[in-house]
Amino acid sequence: MTGAVRELQAGAVLAATPDAPGALAAVQRLAAQAGRRLLPWLVPLLLVAVWQAASARGWLSTRVLPAPLDVLQAAWTLAESGELWTHVKVSAVRALSGLAIGGGLGLLLGLLTGSLRWAETLLDSTIQMVRNIPALALIPLVILWFGIDESAKLFLIAVSVFFPIYLNTYHGIRNVDPGLVEMGRTYGLTRWQLYRDIILPGALSSILVGLRFSLGLMWVILIVAETISAQSGIGYLTMNAREFLQTDIVLVGILLYALLGKLADVFAKVLERWWLRWHPGYQA
Amino acid sequence: MTSISSSPSPGGVRLQVRGVDKHYGARHVLRHADLDIEPGEFVAIVGRSGCGKSTLLRLVAGLEAASGGSIRIDGQDVQGLSADTRIMFQDARLLPWKRVADNVALGLPPGQRGAAAEVLARVGLGDRLAEWPARLSGGQRQRVALARALVHGPRLLLLDEPLGALDALTRIEMHRLIEGLWQASGFTALLVTHDVQEAVALADRVVLIEDGQIALDQRIDLPRPRVHGDAAFAALEKRILDRVLQKPGAEPTPEPHWPGVPAHGLRWAI
Repeated sequence: MTGAVRELQAGAVLAATPDAPGALAAVQRLAAQAGRRLLPWLVPLLLVAVWQAASARGWLSTRVLPAPLDVLQAAWTLAESGELWTHVKVSAVRALSGLAIGGGLGLLLGLLTGSLRWAETLLDSTIQMVRNIPALALIPLVILWFGIDESAKLFLIAVSVFFPIYLNTYHGIRNVDPGLVEMGRTYGLTRWQLYRDIILPGALSSILVGLRFSLGLMWVILIVAETISAQSGIGYLTMNAREFLQTDIVLVGILLYALLGKLADVFAKVLERWWLRWHPGYQA
Repeated sequence: MTSISSSPSPGGVRLQVRGVDKHYGARHVLRHADLDIEPGEFVAIVGRSGCGKSTLLRLVAGLEAASGGSIRIDGQDVQGLSADTRIMFQDARLLPWKRVADNVALGLPPGQRGAAAEVLARVGLGDRLAEWPARLSGGQRQRVALARALVHGPRLLLLDEPLGALDALTRIEMHRLIEGLWQASGFTALLVTHDVQEAVALADRVVLIEDGQIALDQRIDLPRPRVHGDAAFAALEKRILDRVLQKPGAEPTPEPHWPGVPAHGLRWAI
């Protein structure tokens, strides 16, 4: 009997090594993998569970912080009535339009000052000076200039989003390996081909960093811009709910911002993974 | 300009360097350098570091302009970059965002892209066409750079210490590869190297640059393919190396103050 037990123990030890055959080893491996995947979620799930329990027991007033289930319920109601999608769409369009304007302009000017010396001398120091003015400090001026309609919000977002993309594009172009450019010239590439095949791809990783920064800034500035005054959008939804003490909808708004921010970052990562797949740092 | 794979190469260029001066501000790198290279010859330039051998190569390539004198390729003055000249640099200078085949096809007209695959096969990388350069070893990258240089069927190939960063075994393999491709195509080759053994292994003539001038022009009459351990090979190598080391360098290093170092100080031969 003891001999069999000892054999079983030995077998269990052997099975713990990856090469050992047997169902026991496979199960152990799966368990380890599942553990690695699920463990990061343990703390947030515990927090949510504690939160729900506290709200249910009445330790946490619903006015201070509604229960997670209430938040989900509110989100569901909004989604059903279609309100959620309208507001999300309005906010997203605002943000992306601002990104297109500010980011597009930043890209163009960055390419210009990065490539041409005279443009750099002319424009760069001015742009750097303007960069140091925080966009949010401009809000009173913006309201004076643009009023409180869409153009004010677009202006704020565009101005904030412009600088990371401009700066990173400029540096990306300037830091392209001159050895590669020299090689390209000796292999008979025309100026346009040099730009397309060597300079732009070389600057791309920097430009994408600028894009990620800008995407993050975009949402933050949108939140602030939507609190100035809005008739629609997630900010309007949140402020309206605050007026009526609907804290669950306020939380829905906050979570929406967080979710959209995360989506934007994931999108930027996907772009990076695809465009920079040649880079040894991005390869498996 | 034909590609290396389609038809026999139109041969090499005749290179004439006459009284070439090059100075950067107050620093004179080349003083009245004279050199004649016959079509199809393989010439190696050796010398101490900073002697001006890479500068001479860059002047021949047209990357820089000489301060004085003339450089003629087939009787025409060198004016900027030439379509018949290709350079292999010290580092492979591959575009990391293009696959190997696209790197080799750089500058080729769209109709001739098939030549890239052929040349890659000749350097032994026929199965790595779709690879990213970051995945290749140093020797493989230089082979891709060699293929890229040769795919255009150049009549003058300039090599600027291309094998310096490779290990000894890879270097010997690359010697055989370069020698074989040169013999097959017949282009004129100018190799700058600090390794005298490499110069003797590949070249018809070894030229030494000292004090900005050509100080030695040694013909290498050994049969090809060159055998590294050969007695005649070693004798020639020793003769050239002795000559290179003969004259002290322009700025000898100051006396080091630790034991074991020869009392006369150190001289640099690279």
